Amino acid sequence: MGKVFLVIQREYLAKVKKKSFLLATLLTPLIFPTIMGVFLWMALEDKSGSQVKIIEVVDENDFFYVQNNDAYVFSISKISKEEGKEKVQLGERYGFLYIPKMDLGNPSGIQYYGGTNPSMTLITSLEASIKKRIEDYKLMQQGIDPSILASIKTSVSIQTLTVQGMGQEAATDATLNYGLGFLTGILIYIFIFVYGNQVMQGVIEEKSSRIIEILVSSLRPFQLMLGKIIGIGAVGLTQFLIWIFLISALSAVVMGYFGMQMPQQTAMVLMSPDVVAMPNLGGFSQVALALQGVNFIQLVLTFVFYFLGGFLLYGAFFAAIGAAVDTPSDAQQFMFPVTIPLLIAYMGLFIFVLDDPDSIVSFWLSVIPLTSPIAMMGRISFGVPIHELLLSMGSLIVGFLSTTWLAGKIYRIGILMHGSKVGYKTLWKWIRSSS
Amino acid sequence: MSILSIHQLYKYFGEHIALEDINLEVPRGMILGILGPNGAGKTTLIRIINQILKQDRGEVKFQNERLHRSHIFNIGYLPEERGLYKKMTVQDQLIYFARIKGVPYKDAQLKVDFWLEKLSVGAWRDKKIEELSKGMAQKIQFIATVIHEPKLLILDEPFSGFDPVNAALIRDEILELKERGVTIMLSTHRMDSVEQLCDHVALINKSKLLLHGAIEEVKERFDDKIFEVKLQASSFDFPISWQVVEKSDLLTLRISQSDYHSNDILSQVMRFGEVRSFGFLRPSMEEIFIKQVKASDHG
Repeated sequence: MGKVFLVIQREYLAKVKKKSFLLATLLTPLIFPTIMGVFLWMALEDKSGSQVKIIEVVDENDFFYVQNNDAYVFSISKISKEEGKEKVQLGERYGFLYIPKMDLGNPSGIQYYGGTNPSMTLITSLEASIKKRIEDYKLMQQGIDPSILASIKTSVSIQTLTVQGMGQEAATDATLNYGLGFLTGILIYIFIFVYGNQVMQGVIEEKSSRIIEILVSSLRPFQLMLGKIIGIGAVGLTQFLIWIFLISALSAVVMGYFGMQMPQQTAMVLMSPDVVAMPNLGGFSQVALALQGVNFIQLVLTFVFYFLGGFLLYGAFFAAIGAAVDTPSDAQQFMFPVTIPLLIAYMGLFIFVLDDPDSIVSFWLSVIPLTSPIAMMGRISFGVPIHELLLSMGSLIVGFLSTTWLAGKIYRIGILMHGSKVGYKTLWKWIRSSS
Repeated sequence: MSILSIHQLYKYFGEHIALEDINLEVPRGMILGILGPNGAGKTTLIRIINQILKQDRGEVKFQNERLHRSHIFNIGYLPEERGLYKKMTVQDQLIYFARIKGVPYKDAQLKVDFWLEKLSVGAWRDKKIEELSKGMAQKIQFIATVIHEPKLLILDEPFSGFDPVNAALIRDEILELKERGVTIMLSTHRMDSVEQLCDHVALINKSKLLLHGAIEEVKERFDDKIFEVKLQASSFDFPISWQVVEKSDLLTLRISQSDYHSNDILSQVMRFGEVRSFGFLRPSMEEIFIKQVKASDHG
């Protein structure tokens, strides 16, 4: 074990001391707050000092009315369609909305002319105002006052709580759980790929620079492989922890600067489109309440477990592939069987797990070790029965022990093979050979 | 006494026999040259001794103990295909190689200091390998092999890729290590280094050990007992069995010793002119090597 530790230490320090690691670790978290900052800044600038865009409206029906807003002013006139288009061409108007004479029961033929492509928001809001005007008109025709209809509309929001073993109640929020499951699942997916690739590159480097024979005369190939996988996994974990810290700190600073002081996590959740769409402040407080209900310690611990377990499992595959080939380009042919289960887990996360965390498919995806690191993270914030969690963790441990054992068999022969083209048949032969 | 005893060793790769019934004693404190054409099985044998491969049959004993992982500390190995971590500094690299051989950190540091000074590369300790010249990197590679002070040093083609200056330096280091009691196994194609360095040789061809023993003993065994005489000839009426090799101002003759006693030959030769030189024609290791390999290929 002492020797494995030496390999872990070497791998860890070699990667962490690299300039590229420092840059990636320090700059990546800056990207999110920077982008956020830039957008907030632009939004504020846009509101305060930008030019208002004028849109010419010609309505042959003399019926419609479009409300001005911060960004657009609507000038209603009776000019001809040709004159309207000309105004846009000359740059006098930002756009030109033309509503021809039409049957209000079946409105069609409305056109918008613009110098540039109009934004989705503009078109949607135009459509919405025209639609609303027609609907209100139809309601009046039927003798219903639209204001009565509006007063009937009621907004209902159900607060969800889970009753736990000891009888405590915890507030939950499906959107929040979805967000957390989504985020942690994707992170594991990305980390497995990025750091798995580093394991592979490292093995290829040792093989092609011919250090390998010196190493295996001092260490067992298995110790070397294990040390490399764990060392690089530790680098990944370090980078991840630094990112979490920096992103939290920097986002808080950016948010604070723009006067949107709110708890960091709430801010992050609020940035997801589903939450932003929530109409009232009741939604906010509900999320905040639900956040208090999330067991962050459990979430972080399971994340670290599945991150390491998944990485060890796939890292072994990546190490075996690196050992079997001479150059990274030769590795492509073996990447397919490794990528498929990861993709299944990724797709399964969206299609099944986040949609219905307790379904039978979600259960199996989160128990089978090839998919569980990603799928289980999708389920964990929704709450998973302890026996299912233990089953999943147990099978992941068995899973990575078996893949490491299997990979070790390929690795110890592969690393000494140079210049020979290796196919699946050869790999199988290596697995079966005894020494 | 032998430091390493190899007994009835077999190694197969699928259908292919890589080593067949190898029996070899490596005497302590000597330099053993392992000779053989490419693909003869030298590297396989070396890899078994280094426990990189496992034999299929037979036994290897190190200091009378069955070869075990703990012996790694006592063996140093410079493979033919070798390299270093390009991005690591000289010092970190050497300490790492010493530590994976089992040297404690503090000792490793002292040993690195010692060897860097000895090979006058101390100024480069904080440089990365990729910043070093090839010759410099080769010195570091050699230090990495001997840093843990092994009792048995296995060098596979140690001079390949070395420039003459470094090759001479390494040769001196090898001889110095031998003086200090280190046993050295040297696999090489360079017959000149075999003659210069080795006390013993083992010749492997087509997975079999063709011959082994002390160099002098092997040469004696393959000595055809031929005299070579250089003669300012006055008469050319030689016996038919005398072979004329060169005919210029001086005549070079080869006479098989089995026919006569050496004194007889000398007195006979003197009758044909003035003898300028007279001596045994000893076979070179290269000649023995080529002859034996050819004989076993045809046999």
